[in-house]
Amino acid sequence: MGVEEIPKETLLEIYRTMHKIRTYEETLAKWYYEGKSPRFDISAGPIPGELHLSSGQESAAVGVCVHLKDEDAVMGTHRAHHFAIAKGVDLKKMTAEIFGKATGLSGGKGGHMHLFDAAKNFSCSGIVGASFPQAVGVGIAAKLKGEDYVAVAVGGDGAANQGTFHEALNLAALWKLPVIFLIEDNGWAISVPKDKSTAVAKNSERAKAYGIPGVSVDGADVIAVYEVAKEAVERARRGEGPSLIEVRTYRLRGHFEGDPQLYRPKEDFELAKEKDPLANFRKLLLEKGIATEEELARIEEENEREVREAIDFALNSLYPEPEEALKGVFAGGE
Amino acid sequence: MARKLPMYKAIAEAIAQEMERDENVFVMGEDIGAYGGIFGATNGLLEKFGPERVRDTPISESAFIGAALGAASKGMRPIVELMFVDFFGVAMDQIYNHIAKAHYMSGGQVRMPIVITTAIGGGYSDAAQHSQCLYGLFAHVPGLKIVIPSNSYDAKGLMISSIRDDNPVMYFFHKGLMGLGWMPSPDEAAVEVPEEPYTVPIGEAKVVREGDDVTIATVSRMVYEALWAAEELEKDGISAEVIDLRTLVPLDKETLVNSVRKTGRLLVVDEDYMSYGMSGEIIATVVERIGNELRALPRRIAYPDIPVPYSRVLERFVLPDKEKIVKTVKDMVG
Repeated sequence: MGVEEIPKETLLEIYRTMHKIRTYEETLAKWYYEGKSPRFDISAGPIPGELHLSSGQESAAVGVCVHLKDEDAVMGTHRAHHFAIAKGVDLKKMTAEIFGKATGLSGGKGGHMHLFDAAKNFSCSGIVGASFPQAVGVGIAAKLKGEDYVAVAVGGDGAANQGTFHEALNLAALWKLPVIFLIEDNGWAISVPKDKSTAVAKNSERAKAYGIPGVSVDGADVIAVYEVAKEAVERARRGEGPSLIEVRTYRLRGHFEGDPQLYRPKEDFELAKEKDPLANFRKLLLEKGIATEEELARIEEENEREVREAIDFALNSLYPEPEEALKGVFAGGE
Repeated sequence: MARKLPMYKAIAEAIAQEMERDENVFVMGEDIGAYGGIFGATNGLLEKFGPERVRDTPISESAFIGAALGAASKGMRPIVELMFVDFFGVAMDQIYNHIAKAHYMSGGQVRMPIVITTAIGGGYSDAAQHSQCLYGLFAHVPGLKIVIPSNSYDAKGLMISSIRDDNPVMYFFHKGLMGLGWMPSPDEAAVEVPEEPYTVPIGEAKVVREGDDVTIATVSRMVYEALWAAEELEKDGISAEVIDLRTLVPLDKETLVNSVRKTGRLLVVDEDYMSYGMSGEIIATVVERIGNELRALPRRIAYPDIPVPYSRVLERFVLPDKEKIVKTVKDMVG
C-alpha cells in the first residue's frame, strides 16, 4: 500500500493534524517561558509546572489515531499533547487546563500531564508504564460488552522496561484482547539512551515472547505508521487480539522544557531534524502532486488561527475558585 | 572548612565521601549518572567513580530497588534513587515486604544497609502524580528508618549516617529545598557545611527556634514556613518554639515532649496528607505522655485529604503555609 491508495482527504487530514500539533506545541513553548525570565522558575508564569512537548513525534499519534473512533480509547503518557489532539480532544479546553483555568478539561485539577476527556476516551498519566494494564481493561470491557472498540496504550521506549508492559502484553495476548501496545521510541528515557537501558534493539521483538505480531516502523514516515496501525486496528476489531507497534521517532525538544540536554550528542539533534515527520510529509505531498502549496498554506493558516483562539480562550478564562480544590475526591458528593 | 552549599551539593558530597571511604557503597537509579540526578543529588559522581559504581538504570524501579536487596545481602551498601516518591507504587513490594522486613523475618541473619533517596513536595504546579510527600506511608511500615532533612548541613550529616546505618533508610529530600536553578528554595536551606565528613544522628530532632507559648513541630520545607510564622507571631508578643523533627523513624519523642511540656501547646505542620499520618502520630505521641499538662487542644495543619491539584490557585489554597500557621497559633494562644 502506498500513499497513492490513500484518499486525498485522508492525507490532508493527516497533514492538518500533524501541523496543528506542531503549531500548538511550539506556541505553547513560547507561552511556557513567559514569566520565567530572567530567572527560570518552573512554578512561574501562565503555564507552571513541567511541560513535556512532543515536537518531532507527531506521526506516532496521527498515524494511529486517524484509524480510531471516539469509542476507541487512547491512554497516553506524560508527553501526550499530540495524542490528545489526534484523538480529537477539544483544543480550547485542553489549553485552558494547561493554563490552570476553570474552563479546562478538569477545571484546572489535572494539568498538562493529566488530561482527561471521557467523551473522546482519552486519558494520560505522569507515571511511566501505567497505560499498558489500563488498556487491557478497556479490552476486557469491549469483549464483555460485545463491542468492537479498541484500546491504544502508549508508552515510551523507557516504559517498555517496566513490569507493567510485560504483564499487560501477556494478559492481552492470553485473552486475545483488542489492544494496541504502541511504543513511541524516541531513544531517550530522559537522559538514558536506549542502548543503555534496553537489552533488545527493537521493542517490537518483545512481541514474539507473547506470540503476538510486533512491528517496528520509521516515525519519519507517517504513511508507514498509518499502514502498520491500520492493520493492527483492523486485527483488533476483528477479535484477533493485540499487536505491538514500535514507532521510532526523534525528540526535537528536551525531555521537558528547561532540560539543558547536555547528555545528548549533536548527531541526535541533527537526526531529529532530518527525521522530522512533518517536514517530510509536506515535501511528499508536494512532490507527489497530492496537494499544492496553496492548499497546504490554507491548512496551516487555519491551524494557526485555531491555536491562537485556543490560547486566547485559555488566557481569557478565569482561574477556579480556590475552594474548588477541596471538592471532587469522591463521586456522588463532595 | 565550612562553606555554604545548596542541599543538592551537600547530599552529593556526602555520597562521594562515603564512596571513597567504603568501596561497598554504590549508587543506582534513573538519570543519576550523566544527568547527575534530576534533583542534583548525585551531581558529579559519575565523573568521579565511573559507570560501574554510579549505575544509570532503565525505568524499572521494581527491578533495581529489588536488586538493592540482593546487593545488600552480599555486603554491598547500595544507594538507590526513586526519582519522585510518587513513583513508589511499582516498586512497593520490594520496599515494604522485602527490604523492610528481611532483617526481622530472617531472625537477624540478614542486614539491609540500603538508602532509598527520593524527592518529595509540591508548590510548583506539578499536580497529583508529582507533588506528594508520602513519608507517612513509609513511616507506617516497620523496618524502615525515615529521614527528612531541611537544610544542607543536616542533609550531609544525615546522608552519611544513613549510608553507615545497617538498616534500610528512606531519605526524603524536598525539591523546593535543594537549591536548584529552576526551583525556588528558601535561602535559609543553604547553610554552612564542613568539607570533612561528619554525621548527624538519625533519631534526633532539633529545636530550630526557642519559644515559650507554643511548640510547632514539623519537617522539611514546612520548617521554614513555621520559622517565618514564628517571626510574625513575635510581633504580636507570641513566642513560638519550632522543632525540626528531621527523622520520623525513629522519632525523637524526648525533644518533642520536653518542648510541649515547656510551652503547653502543640501545633503540627505537615505537607503530607492529613489523615492517618504524621500529624496524628505526633499529636498522639504527646497526648499519650503529657495530655493532662496541655494548656490548649493540640492542632494540626496538614495537606487535606485530596490529590494535589494542578492550578496554582487551587494548590496554594490547600498547601500549608506561614499565614495558616500564624492564624492557627493565634487561635490557640488567644
